[in-house]
Amino acid sequence: MAEAFKFELVSPERLLVSEQVESVVIPGAEGEMTVMAHHAPVMTTIKPGVVTVKTAAGGEERYVVFGGFADIVPAGCTLLAESAVAVKDVDRADLARRIQEAREDAADAKDDQARSKAEQFLSQLTTLEGAILPA
Amino acid sequence: MPSLKDLRNRIASVKATQKITKAMQMVAAAKLRRAQEAAEAARPYSERMGSVLANITQAIGGGGDAPALMTGTGKDDVHLLVVCTAERGLCGGFNSQIARLARDHIRKLLADGKQVKIICVGKKGFDILRRDYASMIIDRVDLREVKTLGFVNADAIAKKVIHLFNEGGFDICTLFYSQFKSVISQIPTAQQIIPAGVASAPAEAIDGGNAVYEYEPEPGEILSDLIPRNISVQVFRALLENVAGEMGAKMSAMDNATRNAGDMINKLSITYNRQRQAQITKELIEIISGAEAL
Repeated sequence: MAEAFKFELVSPERLLVSEQVESVVIPGAEGEMTVMAHHAPVMTTIKPGVVTVKTAAGGEERYVVFGGFADIVPAGCTLLAESAVAVKDVDRADLARRIQEAREDAADAKDDQARSKAEQFLSQLTTLEGAILPA
Repeated sequence: MPSLKDLRNRIASVKATQKITKAMQMVAAAKLRRAQEAAEAARPYSERMGSVLANITQAIGGGGDAPALMTGTGKDDVHLLVVCTAERGLCGGFNSQIARLARDHIRKLLADGKQVKIICVGKKGFDILRRDYASMIIDRVDLREVKTLGFVNADAIAKKVIHLFNEGGFDICTLFYSQFKSVISQIPTAQQIIPAGVASAPAEAIDGGNAVYEYEPEPGEILSDLIPRNISVQVFRALLENVAGEMGAKMSAMDNATRNAGDMINKLSITYNRQRQAQITKELIEIISGAEAL
């Protein structure tokens, strides 16, 4: 059994998780990464996706996050999410609304850079929707 | 001298008012607890955000690639004031305190020959500032339909501000809100959010010590993502503090009102009783003197 470390998932509204965990899978901006105890200090932004938490007790929890960033130090990991909900509580209508908004953003982006950014965000959202819908 | 009937009516109406103010006080107390909880729940996020920001600013070390939101435009000509007040009145001096602070600030800026723009959050601040500075108010945000304040509300305001900044609409942005200290004390506060004042990074060791961070993507890129978010967080925190402050102020204002109504009822009852007694005496005298005359 792997060593446990402290993981915190914080959204602006509240502290969602603060407990000892075995590993956490984070949807980093440059690819998914699994964080375990004694990870080298990393700071990364995260894209919309699913965070999978394996608790020290052996359970597994999944949360949907919409952007934010993660602060990883050997002693623990703090995830600051713009908005986070447990997968089982995800509001489909809310997700659909976000996708709709992203689509509008992409449609009326002014320059190429903004457009590619908006399109990237949109594709991340649709991937996310695909990932959690069958759940 | 009001008649007995008038007095009775007045006592009844004051009693009705007292019932209302008492109910409002209880509602405010319940809401205050909820607002305090919300403010407490939001604290970890802004704390972490602060420490992460401090970390990252240290990493960049004031390099040239810090985003404009942090360094400012280098000018100090156009000021944007975001004035956050409550949507409803009947909360003592709460709204006028914030408005007064904002007004003093505006007066000082105008005296220095600066240009001032105002965004009002909340109806009451808008009503007060509109009297003197209607031409400077460029926008107002209505949160009246919002039942529980969410991060999205703050985010929308912050996005507006940042959008304006990117268009070169202003140089310095200051946030006005009321800091919640206790139920009876709210301190109107002015806080500069653009350029962000995180340069004074606290030297305290953030867990992990002085470890060398790896950044993914580059620090500059993270920072440019982080700063707007930090502004949203600041606005969110200000709004939450405001809600708690408003409820606290309302609670004590309504408590006062209830007590005043009680005093008034006492006074009116005494007048009523005296007058009734006077009338009885008068009638008796009339009867007796009538009998004596016979």
